[in-house]
Amino acid sequence: MFLCIKSVGMPGEYVPIDYIPVIIVLFVATLIGLLPLVMGVILRPRRPYPLKLSPYESGIEPVGEPRYRFSVRFYVIAMLFVVFDVEVVFLYPWAVAFDKLGLFGFIEMMIFIFMLLVGYIYAWEKGALEWD
Amino acid sequence: MEILWTFIKVFIIVNIVMLHVAYAVYFERKVIGHMQARLGPMHVGPHGLLQPIADGIKLFFKEDIIPSNADRPIFYIAPVIGVVAALGSVAVIPFWRGFSIADINIGILYILALSSIGTYNVILAGWASNSKYSFLGSLRSSAQVISYEIAMGLSLVGVIMLAGSANLSDIVEAQSGGPFIVSQFIGFFVFLMAAIAETNRAPFDLPEAETELVAGYFTEYSGIRWGLFFMGEYTGMFVMSALASICFLGGWHGPDFWIFSHVPGIVWFILKVYAFIFFYFWIRATLPRYRYDQLMSLGWKLFIPLALVNIFITGVIKLL
Repeated sequence: MFLCIKSVGMPGEYVPIDYIPVIIVLFVATLIGLLPLVMGVILRPRRPYPLKLSPYESGIEPVGEPRYRFSVRFYVIAMLFVVFDVEVVFLYPWAVAFDKLGLFGFIEMMIFIFMLLVGYIYAWEKGALEWD
Repeated sequence: MEILWTFIKVFIIVNIVMLHVAYAVYFERKVIGHMQARLGPMHVGPHGLLQPIADGIKLFFKEDIIPSNADRPIFYIAPVIGVVAALGSVAVIPFWRGFSIADINIGILYILALSSIGTYNVILAGWASNSKYSFLGSLRSSAQVISYEIAMGLSLVGVIMLAGSANLSDIVEAQSGGPFIVSQFIGFFVFLMAAIAETNRAPFDLPEAETELVAGYFTEYSGIRWGLFFMGEYTGMFVMSALASICFLGGWHGPDFWIFSHVPGIVWFILKVYAFIFFYFWIRATLPRYRYDQLMSLGWKLFIPLALVNIFITGVIKLL
């Protein structure tokens, strides 16, 4: 079995053995997610008619398109999210190695955060974080 | 052979978690019932103890209504994504000393990654339903979840700095001298609020705001598919509570004096997790829902700067 391969081989032969249980958990979770659906097919009734299958709109006939234009603010938030989430991703390895990096690493990271803060303050001033 | 044992272990643990999830619904109804001077479920079994099982059976026998103009494949898989993302996080949680299904060194990152994947079920469900309420709910929810995810990620950086590791077991071990909540109270506060927003719970449950959006992104879902959304949401609550007790309250560590030092670690861990679960229900019964602009400005203008300040302070204190 592939479990016999230890994770200390040559660099090219690295088998992330710790992650096999993770894959098993994800597999079991998928099974638990799908099982009720499969069981449900056998158990539940199926009596559709057009009115039942129309989208819910408080009891009246659906008016207009369901996917209409939405506020551009959502888009701005998504853009800001990408920037800040990348920042968070950079912060994690830095935090793990904080003791080794010492003062130099700390100042370095503060400069990085400061540059992001400039963009953050700009976005705030421009009203990207306001909802009206 | 080893892989089979892992399989059995995983299956047992995941099922125990599912049982807790089912009874969290009962617990919530009881807690909120008593807070509103009601009794909560009482009829099925003694004190309504069999209510979750009855609810589950009922959901299996309900008709599965799929709107005629829904995007079928996406509509089918959306709830499953939520359940997988929430249950998958159980893999890295250390339940007691030396026991977690997978002891990987990026535990926190893994949980955060899966909670981001959990966003997909919301936005895909809302998009695939092809209904106005679902669409609005999913838009709101995705914007809310990604905003609070940043605050949540930043609030945990302080904990990683103190522990010097992103492995959850190492983080708990690092707290043997005392829980991180003492030095990381800003981080704890930000994490707690972000976790509530991340799991779409009251008072930040804008995506499903019953009074204006009917049920938000799962308006069109029925039967067991609807049940899967709830399964995902409650499992997410457990995962966030577990993460909070691991990162801030010292996980399996308990008070080390008198008879308390003989209590096994798992008891302390479960007690802490349930304290957080109770807190979730408590604020749901107490606080009214936020307005959407308040919610977004709270996340972007208060929690993110607070979390950054927390990182700065932690760094300065560690260097001194």
